[in-house]
Amino acid sequence: MDRNQMQLKIACLRKSFFDEGFLDEQFIQLEDLQDDVNPNFVEEIVGSFYGDSVRLLRNLELSLEKRPFDFCKLENYMHLFKSSSSSIGAIKVKRECTRFQDYCKAGNAEGCISSYQQVKQEHAILRRKLETYFKLARQAA
Amino acid sequence: MAKKVKSSNKSKLSALVVDDDGVCRTVHCAFLRRHGFETSSVESGRQAVDLIRSGQKFDIIFMDIIMPEMNGVQATRALRAMGVKSMIVGIDCDLDYINEDFMQAGMDRVYEKPMTSEIAISVHQALLNNNIV
Repeated sequence: MDRNQMQLKIACLRKSFFDEGFLDEQFIQLEDLQDDVNPNFVEEIVGSFYGDSVRLLRNLELSLEKRPFDFCKLENYMHLFKSSSSSIGAIKVKRECTRFQDYCKAGNAEGCISSYQQVKQEHAILRRKLETYFKLARQAA
Repeated sequence: MAKKVKSSNKSKLSALVVDDDGVCRTVHCAFLRRHGFETSSVESGRQAVDLIRSGQKFDIIFMDIIMPEMNGVQATRALRAMGVKSMIVGIDCDLDYINEDFMQAGMDRVYEKPMTSEIAISVHQALLNNNIV
């Protein structure tokens, strides 16, 4: 694949993030922060997000194994996850976090369990897409 | 301990970012530095209060609201009780869920996360207009 084809592939992949609703305008704001001093800021902050989220998701899973549910603790864990998701523009993940919080507020244990699985799924899907994107971008650079 | 980024430009406005999430601290500081602030950050309301009590001064404090132990509203009340006159801006992603009177607590503004360039520019302009610096 020549350089132009690679650039086109990267551009199409990036566009799909927004067209398919995975990322929102916040991601573009982060890209605008990249400069000569911080040329890889977006990849670094996404890396931090996924690094931190392993721990957050683990805390959530451990809490979801306990009975009865501590809905307040669950909601607080998810609040942290939602904060960082919104900071990188991960809009689908953020939406699922809100759904989980709503189930916590309603004291709906089954809803929490099913929406947690959705959070994990959206988180994993976005991770795969972004890893592919950054890998291609590095190859093209 | 606050993590401080040193700036060679002494005329820059100083901002303290208070947030228990590392990604948020990094993102907030990046936006603020881009728009003319020298930044420091701490992980909790308690650390913010202790830092300022130790003598550090900031033109603006960006305060996450939902935090364990001492939340942003409690930290703001404590800072105002200490006589802190800095602009304090609350910023969180669950404002609808928080049943607090932010302004009564002493916050000057409140924004919904995420931090954006528009927010950084707006507060920068407000500080200059208020002749705080």
